[in-house]
Amino acid sequence: MNTAIDIQNTTRRFGHITALQDINLTVPTGCIFTLFGPNGAGKTTLLRLIATLSKPSSGDIWISGIDTRRNPHEIRKNIGYISHQTMLYDDLTARENLAFYGRMYGLQNLNTRIEKVLLTVGLKNRQRDRIHKYSRGMKQRLAIARAILHHPSILLLDEPFTGLDTSAQSTLSNIITTLKAEGRTIFLVTHDLARGLALADRFGILFQGQLVHEASAKDFSESDLQTLYENKTTR
Amino acid sequence: MPLFFTQTLAILQKDLKTEWRTRERLSAMAFFAFLIVIIFNFIYEPGSPIIKTVAPGIFWIATAFAGLLGLSRSFAIEKQNDCLMGLRLTPADPGAIFLGKMLGNTLTMLILQALILPILVIFLNLQIAQALPHLILPILLGTLGLATIGTLFSAMSLNTRLREAFLPLLTLPIFIPALLAAIESFRAVLEGSEITDWLVLSSAFVALYIAACLLLFEYVLED
Repeated sequence: MNTAIDIQNTTRRFGHITALQDINLTVPTGCIFTLFGPNGAGKTTLLRLIATLSKPSSGDIWISGIDTRRNPHEIRKNIGYISHQTMLYDDLTARENLAFYGRMYGLQNLNTRIEKVLLTVGLKNRQRDRIHKYSRGMKQRLAIARAILHHPSILLLDEPFTGLDTSAQSTLSNIITTLKAEGRTIFLVTHDLARGLALADRFGILFQGQLVHEASAKDFSESDLQTLYENKTTR
Repeated sequence: MPLFFTQTLAILQKDLKTEWRTRERLSAMAFFAFLIVIIFNFIYEPGSPIIKTVAPGIFWIATAFAGLLGLSRSFAIEKQNDCLMGLRLTPADPGAIFLGKMLGNTLTMLILQALILPILVIFLNLQIAQALPHLILPILLGTLGLATIGTLFSAMSLNTRLREAFLPLLTLPIFIPALLAAIESFRAVLEGSEITDWLVLSSAFVALYIAACLLLFEYVLED
């Protein structure tokens, strides 16, 4: 199986603080990998390194075989990033936001793509509304549309369920499952053990900048994970 | 159209559309500029001979300080909802992002100046009708200079706690040579003297600012 994300001996320091220490992790193509960890464990820092927003202090990261240090622009074409922040402009309409990002990616057939993603996230009939009128759940769905507009092969999700009601969380889970069925690799960072495990093929636990556990999610129950998580994140 | 210019245009159109819908920046800038001119109206006798000498300075003080007010908001809209991160996640050339923002700031400041000039005419009784066509180029060059440096430092000061104080402290010292050329060329136009040397100086500084900012902006965007 091909490797989508390959992290080798990666360390990230901010001054004298070591946010990530000697991380080694491989995520196969088409897999949903969930990363758990308490606040300050370094989850978002790792995600930012994968997204080429930040550079490792040492070690290497390859995305679909491309070195993040050498060709970050090429990698960004293949990455979609969803966080609890929408990265959308409140004073533009849904369609204008997507058109803007589409132009930044230099996409062809932009109108067709916009129609398709709006249909996927169920916002077609609200596309002409400025998004400051949207609910939190609708904004998050539009953020998903923004992230998949350029057909990325890898999706990075940083606490995407934060601030969503139960219904919106279910909608987001369904969209993630659909994206996996389309063959995309998904790297999910979350506190939500139950939801994270339910979606995952593999999972990892990050604690104090170190990957303290990595395993297949198959046959792993929520209570097993809860016990393991408490053991691994208590010192 | 090359992707670089598509991206530049996308940023420019987005900024102008957002500003047109909210008019937050422009209204604050215009009101601040109006107050500056009013203060000078109390200092100098409207229509007196000295007005021709001091008006260029008043015009550029109003432009610079009201412009800095707007520039400090230029990247603040990118911070809302972490849009700057969204921009950084695209494969966009940092130069295209910079140019788009800078052109948006230039146009906003040109609109501001189109409001300041009539205020100068009304409150200081400044006669500029005949000189107006000759003022366009020096004003454009000075504005480009201010917008270029201001855009870079607006991005740099985005994550500082004293953003509003930090921006003028960084921008004004570097803008001084271009500001001097802009004021002197304005004065020369009003007095009917030669402005070529000032225009050359202005152009040289603007070219230098744009080249330096295009090179540096990539590093400003990094973590």
